[in-house]
Amino acid sequence: MIPVWRDVLFWVCAVLAVVTGIAVFRVDSMARATFALLASFVFAAGTVMLLDLPYLGVLVILMMIMEMVVMAVFMIMYMMNPAGLMPMTMVHNPKGSLAIAVGTFVLLATGVLLVPWPSSQAPKPEDPTMQLGEALMGDKMLVMIVLGLALFATMVATVVLATHRGRYDRYGDRLERKRPQDPSRGGLGR
Amino acid sequence: MSLQAFLLLASALFSVGLYGALSQQSIVMIMMGVELMVNAVIVGAAAFWFHTSPDRPDGQVIVLLAVTAMAIEMAVGFAVTTAIFRSRDVDMTDMAADLKG
Repeated sequence: MIPVWRDVLFWVCAVLAVVTGIAVFRVDSMARATFALLASFVFAAGTVMLLDLPYLGVLVILMMIMEMVVMAVFMIMYMMNPAGLMPMTMVHNPKGSLAIAVGTFVLLATGVLLVPWPSSQAPKPEDPTMQLGEALMGDKMLVMIVLGLALFATMVATVVLATHRGRYDRYGDRLERKRPQDPSRGGLGR
Repeated sequence: MSLQAFLLLASALFSVGLYGALSQQSIVMIMMGVELMVNAVIVGAAAFWFHTSPDRPDGQVIVLLAVTAMAIEMAVGFAVTTAIFRSRDVDMTDMAADLKG
């Protein structure tokens, strides 16, 4: 691609990512907020793709589509006014938060513009995806193992947290009850 | 498409997410803010990989780590929301201020 077009695409994606990110906290409807967040992720992933990382960019886009669809379901479950039929605000201390956020941005931007960042003349890998895959199956395998364990722990933890009444509620802490203790009788042999 | 431009984008995304995480009352909206902050890490790590060390895979591995952290944060966040909503009918942070000092 011609470098100019890459620049143009980058700035379009960058501005849209930030604008849709701001929209998440400005729109009335929860559904609109969810899809604004999805748009922000897609535009940010677009900038990642401009860096010759197509695999990671597509990974982020696909994962975020799934995640935001799940999130939309939870939004409708837990929020009042999911359709945004009336204006609403649900914020506390908005002025303080805005001041902290703007201050953080100014601080970070100053650092970004003032620090003499290093640059590398090292050759770019022919296939960055291959580079990542070989690293994960080679000297970065520990990272992959820990991520796998963390995801497994997440599955167990989420099921435990979200279960209404598990077997320990029904059969006692040591699972010693012959018959489960349920709020109402019924079922097979009870 | 310099490193600075990417880091500015990452700073902006991080600050927007920080505003959301600090100002929103709903637990789900706070999680959206945190997700935006992790997204800034993804952009920053990818840019650092491209501009400072494209010959080493470390930057890409950090992106993968951030993506996984996002998924875990989402899943556990919703599980906690479900648990607290089920036991106490709470879906706003201001209603769960037991540990407020």
